[in-house]
Amino acid sequence: MSDVILEKSRHDNKVVKSGVILEKFSYDNKIVKYFGAATIIWGIVGMLVGILAATQLFLPEANMGNPYTTFGRIRPLHTNAVIFAFVGNAIFAGVYYSMPRLLKTRMWSDALSWINFWGWQLIILAAAITLPLGLTTSKEYAELEWPIDIAITVVWVAFGANMIGTLLKRRERHMYVAIWFYLASFVTVAVLHIFNSLALPVSFFKSYSAYAGVQDALVQWWYGHNAVAFFLTTPYLGLMYYFLPKAANRPIYSYKLSIVHFWSLIFLYIWAGPHHLLYTALPNWAQVLGVAFSVMLIAPSWGGMVNGLLTLRGAWDKVRVDPVLKFMVVAVTAYGMATLEGPLLSLKNVNAIAHYTDWIVAHVHVGALGWNGFLTFGMLYWLWPRLWKTNLYSTKMANTHFWLGTLGIVFYALPMYVAALTQSLMWKEFNEMGRLAYPNFLETVLEIIPMYIFRAFGGVLYLVGALVMVYNLFKTAQVGSFQDEEEDEAPALTKHVAKKGEYWHHVWERKPVFFTILATVAILIGGVIEIVPTILVKSNVPTISSVEPYTPLELQGRDLYISHGCVGCHSQMIRPFRSETERYGEYSKAGEFVYDRPFLWGSKRTGPDLHRVGKKYPDSWHYHHMMDPRTMSPGSTMPSYSWMATNIMDHSEMPDKIRAMQKLGVPYPEGYADQQAMEDLNKQASEIVSGLQESGVEVLPDAEIVALIAYLQRLGTDIKKLDAPTASNSVAK
Amino acid sequence: MKQEILSSIENIEIYPVISLLIFVIFFVGMGWWVLKADKQYIKHMSSLPVDDNHHQNSNDHEKK
Repeated sequence: MSDVILEKSRHDNKVVKSGVILEKFSYDNKIVKYFGAATIIWGIVGMLVGILAATQLFLPEANMGNPYTTFGRIRPLHTNAVIFAFVGNAIFAGVYYSMPRLLKTRMWSDALSWINFWGWQLIILAAAITLPLGLTTSKEYAELEWPIDIAITVVWVAFGANMIGTLLKRRERHMYVAIWFYLASFVTVAVLHIFNSLALPVSFFKSYSAYAGVQDALVQWWYGHNAVAFFLTTPYLGLMYYFLPKAANRPIYSYKLSIVHFWSLIFLYIWAGPHHLLYTALPNWAQVLGVAFSVMLIAPSWGGMVNGLLTLRGAWDKVRVDPVLKFMVVAVTAYGMATLEGPLLSLKNVNAIAHYTDWIVAHVHVGALGWNGFLTFGMLYWLWPRLWKTNLYSTKMANTHFWLGTLGIVFYALPMYVAALTQSLMWKEFNEMGRLAYPNFLETVLEIIPMYIFRAFGGVLYLVGALVMVYNLFKTAQVGSFQDEEEDEAPALTKHVAKKGEYWHHVWERKPVFFTILATVAILIGGVIEIVPTILVKSNVPTISSVEPYTPLELQGRDLYISHGCVGCHSQMIRPFRSETERYGEYSKAGEFVYDRPFLWGSKRTGPDLHRVGKKYPDSWHYHHMMDPRTMSPGSTMPSYSWMATNIMDHSEMPDKIRAMQKLGVPYPEGYADQQAMEDLNKQASEIVSGLQESGVEVLPDAEIVALIAYLQRLGTDIKKLDAPTASNSVAK
Repeated sequence: MKQEILSSIENIEIYPVISLLIFVIFFVGMGWWVLKADKQYIKHMSSLPVDDNHHQNSNDHEKK
């Protein structure tokens, strides 16, 4: 204790002269306990859903025969649960523990802390209900509909206000590097969330994206990539900079390196989004920027990894015996591997092979299971004994968890790499006749089914490890006694007297608001330079005169496609490679997507691309395929959507949808929604129904399958028209 | 298509050049500052997470 006071006295002359007056205060441990418990509970739920989704990829019947638990809907449930529920709560737990201790003060407002906690849990609950119901925007990691988006904004602002308030009443003059990462994460996630979620509501749970086609894709992946950067990476780097030195009981290897790490990382990260859209219809200049900045990102990422690992120099004997450090070392190593792999994947020639395959799935799971999962476990194993004032119940069990988790990651990632390379090379292989060697997409899927089984096994190992942790932490809490409030004392912050040699960063570190503004400027530069020109080129995306808005029935079918998460397995973006044009047809053009709100390009091909599926098969083929995919494609791993034949689609919302689209600039004729739209819908539906009747299929005109068939048959057909539509046959009259 | 889009925004090439300049200037400045930074102050900052151990009962995570 006296050392601390002395240290402080040395640091601040004024206090020494006037004598040290220590102020007493306490830290709120209860909020940390709650966020920690929520992390564990949602983590287990998220992993369970992940295993269910993984199982369905080799055993489609595991969807349990209903839409609510089918892959297309539970895949976003899984990603949302692990990103926002598991990782989100872990971030809050870590911030609410470390921030007050680094600033020698209690969090600013208990009320805001609890609004943050309960608000966030309610949002997760809302997601867990709405996603299985198919209420989704379909934009990856931003699937939640607009009312939940608004709730997220409110809770996020409460979190930020609590942090800023705490900073303003701090007793430590300078902000430690962990806090910079927390602040940058807060502002960037706020900016990303708001701009990507901009949409026009049709009803309480349906909205259309404010952006269309290419622009929607760019904004989405600017968001999607930076959700990885500023939700899964930067807050966790903050946690690393606090908990790793804590666990190793030694300062970070190089504080100077952490300064360079921080600024270069946040400055560069924001530019990298377009690497998700290489070879697509996105303008080439944006693709090139994305690749260049992705490659540059290796430097700061590895700077951070090296800083973390070298903190343990001379303490590796501790790593051998301490499970907390074991988890953290693997976490930091996984961070290093994922951040080297990411830039490599963003090189155009590597991306040509890896995109749409399981390679990307492996890549994100090295990050999620290794970096986020293991750092969280390390943090929880460190926190629990301290919160309950005891020792960890069983080191042996923690070590068992460590090995189960590590093996789980290996069993997950390796089969995915094998699957990815196998399938990608099969997609691209031509025979000596110059034709595709594997023209049937399904053949390439069946080849990798064993890998999918291994992957699910890896997931089970990882989950079992986590369950061992739950038991261990539960017993730890049982043995110890929880302390709600933890007393501490520190001298009050005196008015600062500027010293010689104090300039730039030294000064910024004691000016939290100015620092936050600087960080915001750093991330805005990249965002503005990439996004603004793409929005400006709106009228310059080469328009194709034969591309028309969707008919009312097709629009309804498209919304069904969105609601069932079809985009989770089927892309709608044919890249300009011979292997793709040969398999799917003409490559996709930017001008074809001008009425697509949201865009549905997809990021993974578990099934074939659907952009040119329109008119490829008769309506009856689609009907039978949706009822039981295996009747049309023997061995198919697509689940049956038999409920679509009997489920009646409510078209009462359709006129409002047309009006919303008109507001967004889709050229339906004026007053079209009033009556004509419904007449057109009924006419198109009865045409499809009578066509099906001729093939011996009886179905009601307002069955869901009719709308879906209308949409599928329209896909990618506009550019095949010989003539531009005339006034008499155009939807946009 | 690339040509059409690039030519449709005037002076688009200036955007990446400006950002590169901001980037380089900022990092050269920061690199210089980091190298010259006061050692005592850096030491104090890096010890912030570990110097509150006085109220921890033990830093050993293992069960004895």
